[in-house]
Amino acid sequence: MLNYFNPKNTILIINRLQKYVLILFLLVLVIGLLEALVLSPEDYKQSDSVRIMYVHVPSAWISLGIFSIISILSFGILIFKNKNFHLITKSLAPSGFVFNLIALVTGSIWGKPTWGTWWAWDARITSMLLLAVFYLMFILSWRVVDNNEKAIKVSSIIAILGLINIPIIKFSVDWWSTLHQPASINLLKETSIHSSMLLPLGIMTAAFALFSILIFLMKYNTELIKIKNKGLDRL
Amino acid sequence: MINDILYMNGYGIYVWSSFIFTLTSFGILYSVVKLQLAKEQKKFEIKFNNLASEKIELAKKQETYREILSNTSTYKI
Repeated sequence: MLNYFNPKNTILIINRLQKYVLILFLLVLVIGLLEALVLSPEDYKQSDSVRIMYVHVPSAWISLGIFSIISILSFGILIFKNKNFHLITKSLAPSGFVFNLIALVTGSIWGKPTWGTWWAWDARITSMLLLAVFYLMFILSWRVVDNNEKAIKVSSIIAILGLINIPIIKFSVDWWSTLHQPASINLLKETSIHSSMLLPLGIMTAAFALFSILIFLMKYNTELIKIKNKGLDRL
Repeated sequence: MINDILYMNGYGIYVWSSFIFTLTSFGILYSVVKLQLAKEQKKFEIKFNNLASEKIELAKKQETYREILSNTSTYKI
């Protein structure tokens, strides 16, 4: 059992995990889609448009969560010079960016029937757009900067600067008067969402989290193979 | 029943386009990452096959190399 924690076995563990995570993701996604599109009730005010929440909210949560992890690990890269952390951040970014895009697009689609407009420059939506810009800069820094050491530094600084935007996104609906509604789910206060809607939201969040883990594992595996490829020269 | 699910009280176009966009994004991201992984595995396999025979024997002893090659279609060790 302890042998599995040996760094030499990372590729072996990732290869095996990928298959299980993919199967689990597909299973949870099917249940989630059934709950979100068929079994959950319509909202008394928003009617069936509320179903967009089941893809919009988990995407927003996960894109925020991933960027927070990237930012925290970036401190570790700059302070402790941990070589593994930059591989993790590089592997996390693509799924975070895609979830950010999904949150923006589905939010825009939700906005049309709910607010009568596809887009509004309100604090929550604008700060989410800014997060997408930070994601894009982070991903592009690896392509634009040729020197690997320099790319690690530049991408870490971008991630740390982007961390300032995270609390702004979270509290924007409380700090400013926005079109976007305040949070319906609160860990510290009472949740204002009914359990019949909370269940599909929870299942879809689990499915999306599993998908981001799957993409992370595949990207991390790719990065490790690149390193091992260089290692063949040293044999 | 099917019509109700598709029409969704007039919101069907918004709901379905949101879900289709999400699932299409998942499909594209998964395909791109899978392709990148397969490309790196192939590059590794080609480089491995071009090694001198004694280096191949040395590499075969390492579990990491065996695991990477276990996913390639042309080479099994």
